[in-house]
Amino acid sequence: MLTFTLRRLLLAIPILLVISLVIFLLVDLAPGSPMSEIPLTVPPDVRQKMIEALGADQPVFVRYLLWLKQFFWVEPMTLVDGWFGTDFTAGEQRILSWQSRSPVFTIIGQRIPQTLTVVGTAYLVGVLIAVPIGIYSAYRQYSFFDQAGTLFAMIGFSVPTFFSGTLFIIIFAVWLGWFPTKYDTTLEVTDWATFWEQVRQMALPVMTLGLANAAAISRYMRSSMLDNMAMDYVRTARAKGMSERVVVLRHVLRNSLIPVGTVIALGIPSIFGGAIITENLFGVNGIGAALIGAIHANDIPMVQTLAFIFAVLIVLFNLIADIIYGLLDPRIRYD
Amino acid sequence: MKFKTALLGAAAAFVLAPAAYAERGTDGEVKLTFPQAVSIMNPYLSGGTKDIYASSMVLEPLAGLTPDGVLVPKLVTEIPTKENGGISEDMTSITWKLLPDLKWSDGTPVTADDAVFTWQYCTDPAGGCSQATKYEGITSVEAVDPATIKVTFSGPKANPYTAFVSALAPVLQKKQFEACLGAAAPTCTDPNNMPVGTGPFMVTGFTVNDTVSMAANPNYRDPAKPAFATAVIKGGGDAEGSARVVMETGEFDYAWNTQIPPETQASMAAAGKGQFVVAFGTLVERIEMNTTDPSPDLPEGERATAKHPHPILSDIKVRTALSKAIDRSILVEVGYGAGGKPTCNVIPGPADWASDNDGCLTQDMEGAKALLDEAGWTDTDGDGIRDKDGKPLNILYQTTVNPIRQDFQALVKDWWTELGVNVELKAIDPGVFFGGDPGSPDTFQKFYADVEMYANNSESPDPESYLGQYQCKNAPSPETQWQGENINRFCTPEYDALYATLATTTDIAARQEIAKKLNDMVTKDSMIVIPLVHRGTLSAHSNALGGVQINAWDSELWNVADWFRVK
Amino acid sequence: MTDTSAAPKPSSPLRDVWAQFRSHKGAMFGLITLSVLIIAVLIGPYLWVPEKLSVAQAIKLKNQGPSLRFPLGTDQLGRDMLARMLLAGRISLAVGLVAMGIAIVFGTLIGVLAGYFRRLDGPLMRLTDMFLALPLVPLLLVMVMLFRDRIAGIIGPEMGAFTLIVFAIGITSWMATARIVRGEVLTLKEREYVLAARSIGARPNRIILRHILPNVISPVMVAATLGVAEAIITESVLSFLGLGFPPDFPTWGRLLYDGLQYMQVYPERVVWPGVAISLTVLSVNYIGDGLRDALDPRIRGR
Repeated sequence: MLTFTLRRLLLAIPILLVISLVIFLLVDLAPGSPMSEIPLTVPPDVRQKMIEALGADQPVFVRYLLWLKQFFWVEPMTLVDGWFGTDFTAGEQRILSWQSRSPVFTIIGQRIPQTLTVVGTAYLVGVLIAVPIGIYSAYRQYSFFDQAGTLFAMIGFSVPTFFSGTLFIIIFAVWLGWFPTKYDTTLEVTDWATFWEQVRQMALPVMTLGLANAAAISRYMRSSMLDNMAMDYVRTARAKGMSERVVVLRHVLRNSLIPVGTVIALGIPSIFGGAIITENLFGVNGIGAALIGAIHANDIPMVQTLAFIFAVLIVLFNLIADIIYGLLDPRIRYD
Repeated sequence: MKFKTALLGAAAAFVLAPAAYAERGTDGEVKLTFPQAVSIMNPYLSGGTKDIYASSMVLEPLAGLTPDGVLVPKLVTEIPTKENGGISEDMTSITWKLLPDLKWSDGTPVTADDAVFTWQYCTDPAGGCSQATKYEGITSVEAVDPATIKVTFSGPKANPYTAFVSALAPVLQKKQFEACLGAAAPTCTDPNNMPVGTGPFMVTGFTVNDTVSMAANPNYRDPAKPAFATAVIKGGGDAEGSARVVMETGEFDYAWNTQIPPETQASMAAAGKGQFVVAFGTLVERIEMNTTDPSPDLPEGERATAKHPHPILSDIKVRTALSKAIDRSILVEVGYGAGGKPTCNVIPGPADWASDNDGCLTQDMEGAKALLDEAGWTDTDGDGIRDKDGKPLNILYQTTVNPIRQDFQALVKDWWTELGVNVELKAIDPGVFFGGDPGSPDTFQKFYADVEMYANNSESPDPESYLGQYQCKNAPSPETQWQGENINRFCTPEYDALYATLATTTDIAARQEIAKKLNDMVTKDSMIVIPLVHRGTLSAHSNALGGVQINAWDSELWNVADWFRVK
Repeated sequence: MTDTSAAPKPSSPLRDVWAQFRSHKGAMFGLITLSVLIIAVLIGPYLWVPEKLSVAQAIKLKNQGPSLRFPLGTDQLGRDMLARMLLAGRISLAVGLVAMGIAIVFGTLIGVLAGYFRRLDGPLMRLTDMFLALPLVPLLLVMVMLFRDRIAGIIGPEMGAFTLIVFAIGITSWMATARIVRGEVLTLKEREYVLAARSIGARPNRIILRHILPNVISPVMVAATLGVAEAIITESVLSFLGLGFPPDFPTWGRLLYDGLQYMQVYPERVVWPGVAISLTVLSVNYIGDGLRDALDPRIRGR
């Protein structure tokens, strides 16, 4: 297992390099220019000057190599400088966003906490709701509970978040006035009152995202449970006189969690990726909102860096999912 | 901290309770929301309206504009004119006098050197300054003495109020930006995000593309203002969400750019928490005609260039017929409600500059049909589509993705179909459409369609630079990497000649006459542009916020120092 | 999938499957609903032809509630919502089903190959990683820029848009299926019956077709249900970005999106497309449920 993990980690390096190049070319090739948000009243020659000042007129490979250097050398060293007060990076340019001229990593640093609290909580809430629903729905297949759960799940993923989010705003903020609709990122949790404030402002985005997450995961859980309920080993276990509790929770659940574990693990990078629509709707300044904003503004350094970090996470969590397989199912061997 | 300030503010209010007018910082916090978040607080590096408006609360120009488009002094004692000697007789220089005892928010004095530095900052070729046109034609900016700024032009300047006027061209602090000249401009993250200014507020916290936190500037020149102790601008979401938090949930006091359908406006206003305000500048939603042939059968490099005139739209009768078939009042009713008016002009205001051309306001379907018949476009094969020489009257009509524009497309398509024209619609992502990437076929400059719809405006009441767009030399073509503002490729020597006289005419009434003629030349005389709707910018403010005076000629937040809490 | 020629007797596997499927109430409900929807959108536009109104007349009738004249009301331009829903359904159903089909077939293929053949596992899974990592919007923008005009030149703007959208959605949504199927196959191929089949010398393609594929059907079915909904929604996002159909082509996703800004004033405008999408998803899901039960020999005949 250890050698497998190490080998995969080493293999990941060239793969990530290739991915970074593909992303760079793709983002670069996409039509659009960093000037698209500038009003039409700014004449073409001024626009050209602005593009030159950004360095956006350089050939694509020059920019790619510069980005590689900035990403793998300048940025880590800036971190080191920040920790130990050294100055490895004196005079070196960090990765700057074209849209805001701020260092990309500063922006990411500002945004990661919001994304993790809001989207992470929503994911956790989704999983915590989905797994019991899935288990019980499968155990009592075609019962009233199962039918209701199916309906809930279907509605959950057939309505897009732009719809459910707006609906929640109208019900809970406009009509009932319970929760705020704009997320206040300057709020610092220092005591119970601010904590309560934080909970209130997280309520709507977490509900919107949690619903979508729970819907999908509960379907996978139910179907996986159903498959295993019909297995011979379940019959054997029952025949041996084991209690239903032990049969369902010990035997069936453990085997059913293999595919569901994949689904859950594969979903985790998307937490870091944020939730584009939901974050935008509620003004949560997370990574998702940053990514879509950067894509719209054609902010290539920002898009490239975010997409690459995202790629790293995906590769990492795929590896974790594989390791989970191995741990949960001793029959799978990787060597 | 915030609580403490509020407490102090409240205590101060209590002590001074009998005073009729507000003291600085007594009204707590004012909360603004923008549908697009603020990226940077330095307007010279952005150009996006959101950034310019936000920075106008902190940075100030020498003079601003009122909602009527009249100049108003901000950092100077008076507006320089020929009469008061501020403008030289030959119109080649203008001299501004700074107010005495003016201080930056950090307490240091404002001097003429700061203005000189600002000019150097924006004109540095490596800096990529987005407002460079404001400083065009200037040979020098001098500090005659610490309180006197003299701007010298290369020749007589008809409109000398461009540099240091309006929120687009504020004065920067030399001390703060000294190290940020030229190529270093983008790397100065802290000054760019938290500039020191003279405005009523100063930045206390900035998160990129999200929130700007501000506090009252302790050194603001009017000791009684601003009434608010702190201000916050939260960005992101959409126009509807922004309108909702002001009009329905009351979480915010002011929302900029809340362009939503008239029905929704009405229902939100009914909630009684706030009101919509609209300012009419020169923004005109229009259909532009392509005078060149965009056919995909032409080789790249010749497609949509002056080499091949448009097979259908080169005929003014066809262009006129297309305009006549449109009922502009229905477009306004569907798309903008109180936020729009039908118009036939590319310069719809201010009143002194606008032509009286209103011939297009009534729809004339029969007249349009007659014109097409006259032009030789008749339905010979009975399929409902007019044709000529065996070629059907097909038109590709493109615009950006935007619900109102898609409604307009649907309506206009209906009218043109009634006329016997076969219309194909196309909607393009605004980032691509306005992005100007020469590699993309979908930019508005490339104009690979027969007609296209978008909105454009003049950024100042004097439309000289705006009208300059329609000169021959500004036509986009492969030679110019498809850059240029004359997207119709409209080209007549008369227009160019008249425009040349505008640039040299200094008498204001004569300028207005020329501007009206130029306006008519691209609209009713040639029908190259079909103006549809004169659009206002719609914003919303809560009933608890007083002093709002919406402004189309300067930043909407131009008088934020006068805002107060209605109690 | 099932070998019918081997058993031409009354109890052919196919017939068994159908019998089992028919006894599944939910599945029959799903099948009937989906068929009704498909038939409605196919022939509906010919049966329900909205009145020809001029723009001025139509505008006077805007934002009407349901009535005999307009069974589902009218929109902000006075267009008949029923007619638009029917037309929209054609495109949405076609996009949803075809794109889901592409994603499922492709995802299952990659998943089975990667899970069964250890040699292919590495490369295929890294390819999957790459597709997961690619930012979707720029990818779509590039695809549209490169191919739209070319495809439109060959098969016309509407068919061109359809092909491109279906392909774009398919190519960007197979990864989850592939990962899940691979996970299942990894466990399945260590099962005794697969080992037994291998030990008697069965060729891989036979093992995969007969022993592995029938057993991965249930996660695939779940992915398929999710896929239909996702494809319909993704199409609306694409239209929203200007990458979808020409703006005068309604789809359910777009009607939902357009209705959003009128949700408070005229809630029915979002209800119709919302219900249509949910019904489609629900019925595909029940059909999937029924198919899973019917294909599982342990349940069948019980």
